[in-house]
Amino acid sequence: MTSSAVTPLIERPDDAPPPSPGGRRRRRRATDLTPVAGLGLGITMLWFSLLVLIPLLAVLVQASEGGWQAYWEALTSPQTAAALRLTVSQALLVTLVNIVMGTAIAWVLVRDRFWGKQFLEVVIDIPFALPTIVAGLVLLSLYGPSSPLGVDWANTRVAVFLAFLFVTLPFVVRTVQPVLIELEPEVEEAAASLGASRLTTFRTIILPALAPAITSGAALSFARGISEYGSLVLLSGNLPYSTEVASVRILSYVEGDKLTEAAAVASILLVVALVVIVVLDIISRRVARHG
Amino acid sequence: MADSLTTPAAAIRPPRGKVVTVRSSSPFRWVLRLIVIAYLVFLVIWPVTLVAKATFSRGLAPVLDALQQPDVIFAFKLTLSVAFWAVLINTAFGIVISLLLVRYTFPGRRALSAMIDVPLSVSPIVVGLALLLVYSGRTGWIGGALESAGLQVIYAPPGMIMATAFVSLPLVIRELVPVLTEIGTDAEQAARSLGASPLQAFLSITLPAIKWALLYGVVLSLARSLGEFGAVKIVSGGVAMRTQTATLLVEERYQQFGPENTITAYTAALILALIAVLALVVVTSLRPKENSQ
Amino acid sequence: MSIKITGVGKRFGDFVALSDIDLDIPTGQLTALLGPSGGGKSTLLRIIAGLELSDTGTVEIEGTDATDLPAQKRNVGFVFQHYAAFRHMNVAANVGYGLKIRKRPKREIAAKVDELLALVHLSQFADRLPSQLSGGQRQRMALARALAIEPKVLLLDEPFGALDAKVRKELRAWLRRLHDEVHVTTVFVTHDQEEALEVADQIVVINDGSIEQIGSPDELYDTPASEFVMSFLGPVTLLDGRLVRPHDIEVVAVQFPDSYAGRIVQSSRVGFEVRLEVALVDAPDAAPVLITLTRAEATAKRLEDGAPVWIKPVEGASQIAVPSGHTMSEVEPVSGLAG
Repeated sequence: MTSSAVTPLIERPDDAPPPSPGGRRRRRRATDLTPVAGLGLGITMLWFSLLVLIPLLAVLVQASEGGWQAYWEALTSPQTAAALRLTVSQALLVTLVNIVMGTAIAWVLVRDRFWGKQFLEVVIDIPFALPTIVAGLVLLSLYGPSSPLGVDWANTRVAVFLAFLFVTLPFVVRTVQPVLIELEPEVEEAAASLGASRLTTFRTIILPALAPAITSGAALSFARGISEYGSLVLLSGNLPYSTEVASVRILSYVEGDKLTEAAAVASILLVVALVVIVVLDIISRRVARHG
Repeated sequence: MADSLTTPAAAIRPPRGKVVTVRSSSPFRWVLRLIVIAYLVFLVIWPVTLVAKATFSRGLAPVLDALQQPDVIFAFKLTLSVAFWAVLINTAFGIVISLLLVRYTFPGRRALSAMIDVPLSVSPIVVGLALLLVYSGRTGWIGGALESAGLQVIYAPPGMIMATAFVSLPLVIRELVPVLTEIGTDAEQAARSLGASPLQAFLSITLPAIKWALLYGVVLSLARSLGEFGAVKIVSGGVAMRTQTATLLVEERYQQFGPENTITAYTAALILALIAVLALVVVTSLRPKENSQ
Repeated sequence: MSIKITGVGKRFGDFVALSDIDLDIPTGQLTALLGPSGGGKSTLLRIIAGLELSDTGTVEIEGTDATDLPAQKRNVGFVFQHYAAFRHMNVAANVGYGLKIRKRPKREIAAKVDELLALVHLSQFADRLPSQLSGGQRQRMALARALAIEPKVLLLDEPFGALDAKVRKELRAWLRRLHDEVHVTTVFVTHDQEEALEVADQIVVINDGSIEQIGSPDELYDTPASEFVMSFLGPVTLLDGRLVRPHDIEVVAVQFPDSYAGRIVQSSRVGFEVRLEVALVDAPDAAPVLITLTRAEATAKRLEDGAPVWIKPVEGASQIAVPSGHTMSEVEPVSGLAG
């Protein structure tokens, strides 16, 4: 069975890789795929491709259907450009607010102690678990026509801002919280013993330690913001040029059977999502390295 | 993949560990506390309670009427069924993928791990469009072939299940991977050395060890699936009594005139909200069990 | 006097950590706060630093009343057991931190950092991150960081507790040499009596929130004021109702007025030492008396298991009467003979 140049000392199991002609054999590691695992990987990759990879690829392919010209025109058509501008600007604004408030909320949850704090922990997660259409109704009841506050921000840009703010609430909080918990109190005491005031300690010691977590949360918040759809349907009225966001534009194109234009706008959102993933990966790698 | 600090799934849930409190109480502390509480009241707490009030603003009777409408009943049944299948598929594949990512090495492992997170960052509308482009009977890449073979995906439950599975895909995996990494293979290897087959070792050793993490992921997945709106809207067509889920029902009813329709919308919304909060409470009480494992 | 502590008390809820402590810490010396875990020594150190505030009493540092001053204003250097390194800064930035927030010019900071890194032998690690250093190196960095602000007092909280035995011994000796060079008033906390005996100019033994004894290592070892101090600082054995050091008991050839008759029930050799357990004829049920002597002596006196002997305490040996009812196990040294 084997060439005389390579005679194994022990019987090779059937699924080991055959020796290369040069005679050097790759050592089997415990974590190499067994046949069963290989089959499992094959099946799941097939399903993953059918569900995720191929459809997302189809978006990119469809977007490039008409070439660069058509792509650019779809993105810069006045209504779509307005929608993209609105989406990005509001998402950025909301992300900035989240960076400040998210850190503040995480701080209070970790460092403060008062009755009802456990309740707030659940409250933070509500925007994540709540269906987006319900989120729209929820915000409408306080900020829409029948608001007890006397404001009516339905169908205005403020509605878009509020919707984004609501759905992105948990992200910075939940990335910052574990890092805050892990911070050694001695490090802050060391800074104090060296003469740093509470504010200086926060600025020079705590904030840099939180920076990766805040950045991750901000990236997730931004990606989530630009993706939002459901809460805007009832709340913002989706008025062209004023409260229409990118995802609504895509839906309009789809309903008008203009799939290439839809894919063009979708490709922007997709690229942002992929960039966010890469950024998160880089950050987690750096954090792991520096301990 | 070593840490879960910065992955989206970790952004979902409150972290474990001791809480450090600072001894002194200062005006700054009070101000911060007040600002945070006010923020959460105005953004989440008050609006949510207002929905409950609005639902019962005309009393109990309209609510009960709404609950008995055939469309409403159908919509919830459909939602539950679609969510059930999506969660089942995600759990089965989730367990397999988690085991593969943690226990084995293969080319593309790191890329796969990163791709798993994509569904959490992608807009549901993009998801719907993507599935439409591939599975639509008319223009889809393989949808045409499937339809002639008798399987309609778009505008039918299979498409809705796929869309729902897409958006909640990472949730089970991101719960299982850290736990599997932590518990290691020692116990399984011991079982194998005592004569257990891989399947037996999995069922009797691995599964019990991950059961709380698994349950946690399943509940999160279920909550997400029940609430899906945008993706399902595109792939389903939203036809009442055929492909209209509870979330689509809320949208439709709210946009129609008439107080009965509004109450129906609010009722359905309140039920969905209650399920979401219930899921959160379950998940919050599961965390200590997960930690002590 | 560098530090003057008067009437300091501290409780955490119901637990009394310190009660009525009066202590003077001499300028320029290395003082050890020695005691078992939970005895209050770390709390006292942190009160001196300003990281804790005492409930009662005053703390004076170099003539100034520091009782109500926060840690920031006390100009003390503090070194923690687990280093408390600033993880996101490199070694040079860590060491220069105190000067940076005092807004000193960059050149001055750089010069001082270089000087200190050379002092602690970490010059070649200036650009590394703390995570890239070993435990011992991190602690040296922490020391340099504390010294950079030229503190009036240097405080160390179990500084070598997190390191392994060999590194601990090296750093211990190194700390003593450093102190001889720098001469900053230093107070360090430890539960290791060997460490205190080896390094300190003055030892303060603290147990259960109170001071048991203050003195030089020799004073404490040779003339302990109480049962606790004697057992804590070294090995002890019970002979006729008194605590004695095992090496302060000799085996003699004939009966003396203050000698006791006994029989060797067990002997073991550990390195150059021979340990004998001798059962007294007059107290056969009591625990045997422990005696240590050199191998040479043991061989010369031909001591074997079962042999009858006379034993007596050495001239001038410190002995502390122990109330009757104490058994040997109650007076075992807390830190163990092995140290």
